[in-house]
Amino acid sequence: MTAGNVAVATGDTKMNNATYVRYEILRTFRNRRFLIFSLGFPVVLLLTIGGANQHKLIGSIPFPLYYMTGMAGFGTMMAIISSGARISSERQVGWTRQLRITPLRTRVYFEAKVLCGYLMALLTLVVMYAVGSALGVRLDARQWLVMTLLILVALVPFAVLGILAGHLLKPDSMGPAIGGVVTLFALLGGSWGPLSTGKTYVDIVRLLPSYWLAQASRVAFGGSEWPPVEAWIVIAVWTGVLVRLAVRVYRRDTARV
Amino acid sequence: MGKETSASAGIVLSGLAKSYGPVKAVRGIDLTITPGETVALLGPNGAGKSTTIDMILGLAQPNAGRVTVFGMPPATAVASGRIGGMLQTGSLVEYLTVRELVEMVASMYPHPLDVHQVLEATGTSAFAGQRTTGLSGGQTQRVRFALALVANPDLLVLDEPTAALDVEARRDFWSSMRSVAQRGKTVLFATHYLEEADAYADRIVLMARGRVIADGPSTEIKAKVGGRTIRATLPGVDGSALEALPGVTAVDRRGEAVVLSCGDSDAALRALLATYPVARDIEVRGAGLEEAFIQLVGDDEEMEEVEGS
Repeated sequence: MTAGNVAVATGDTKMNNATYVRYEILRTFRNRRFLIFSLGFPVVLLLTIGGANQHKLIGSIPFPLYYMTGMAGFGTMMAIISSGARISSERQVGWTRQLRITPLRTRVYFEAKVLCGYLMALLTLVVMYAVGSALGVRLDARQWLVMTLLILVALVPFAVLGILAGHLLKPDSMGPAIGGVVTLFALLGGSWGPLSTGKTYVDIVRLLPSYWLAQASRVAFGGSEWPPVEAWIVIAVWTGVLVRLAVRVYRRDTARV
Repeated sequence: MGKETSASAGIVLSGLAKSYGPVKAVRGIDLTITPGETVALLGPNGAGKSTTIDMILGLAQPNAGRVTVFGMPPATAVASGRIGGMLQTGSLVEYLTVRELVEMVASMYPHPLDVHQVLEATGTSAFAGQRTTGLSGGQTQRVRFALALVANPDLLVLDEPTAALDVEARRDFWSSMRSVAQRGKTVLFATHYLEEADAYADRIVLMARGRVIADGPSTEIKAKVGGRTIRATLPGVDGSALEALPGVTAVDRRGEAVVLSCGDSDAALRALLATYPVARDIEVRGAGLEEAFIQLVGDDEEMEEVEGS
């Protein structure tokens, strides 16, 4: 082999992020462990608990519908945080350092992570809706759509939280940390039903983004479509604060290594 | 090759220094590398080679001094795709095949090389369809080289590319490196093997304790650090008499044995045997790089003391 054998690739010589993003998506969906843990847990819960209580009502709401929306919130939160958290292992093996000496922009790296998280969240929703439908959940098209869109919006702070975790934690501690944080957020936010209806308690949990994630599906219970201003503020403030923290941690991280 | 103007100079380091806490990793380096040169950064562990390379790549910010690469700050040169790098440590990202990974990295650069041909040239095509997990150390290293190469950069920076490899893999690596990378590209690699630096670089920059202690054509540096020692059992002979032998630069007595550091070991050995036929258990060895460094750094430290006083 001689030097002359290696030619500059012809045709596509323009830098494009499409290839990078495509391979990032491919990597996400090839990660079976990630898929199974992220999807499997809420599916099993919905099938077993939702199935066992298929014909019960909570107030006037069918139990499977109630439980499906709770699991949708929990499952999507898990999916989107996990996607950002994968940065942790990429840091550990030195891959992020390797990327820093390529022209790939940091922004694109993070955007791809968020995009993959959203694709996983969408997949989770589709599976949850399918299982829910199999258990007898019936909604009209508009209700499905509004619920889905509001869930995706309420996930924004959790996407950032995942990226933050990816910079703060080691891969070894990531599993338990994510499991704990997601469960806590879901529990307090009311994904499994409100823990308490006391006024003080509700006033406090209304400050959590997971509360509004759980509320995103109230349209399915016959509630209003448009969330109150308070919801948008809570989501925006959490997002803003987490972005600031993530930027700070990222800067500290890149300055050190 | 145009010289010394910042635009035409390949890499210019001036007064470059970097500390990590109390550790002074790099203590003031001035270095100019012209485009097309192949330069080895040679030095023992802890010499500051990796820190210097990290600053050239923009991974670390200097505490003092500056770096320009083709007249640009490192970050700009990296963003424009003119630098390809192989870092000392790091493994590959999971869930892709070797080919997919090389394609992914190629897509980040403005003028990448043809992926298929890079796989051929780096000896990775045989396992290009395999996932990156489960490759051997040598295979991983080749893939990492392919990632640096596919960038088709003007400057190729390799930080101890063969550190993890056995002798044979090391030879293979350099032969593919030579066939591919030396087409008017500027190449900078770090190593702690004198033979590697000598065989593959036009110029050797010798580093120790965060400083450049010698810089010149490979042959010159090799002569400087590549001297030999003669060890012999020779009781009762005065050290200064031995030092007077031709080719001997220094004498160290260790009990019954003497160790002669030699500029010309052939001449020294002939003279030794002619003058002292009783000398026995004779060994001639290439002076280890470490020994040469200790000597050179020793000189350096003395100078420092003089400066300091």
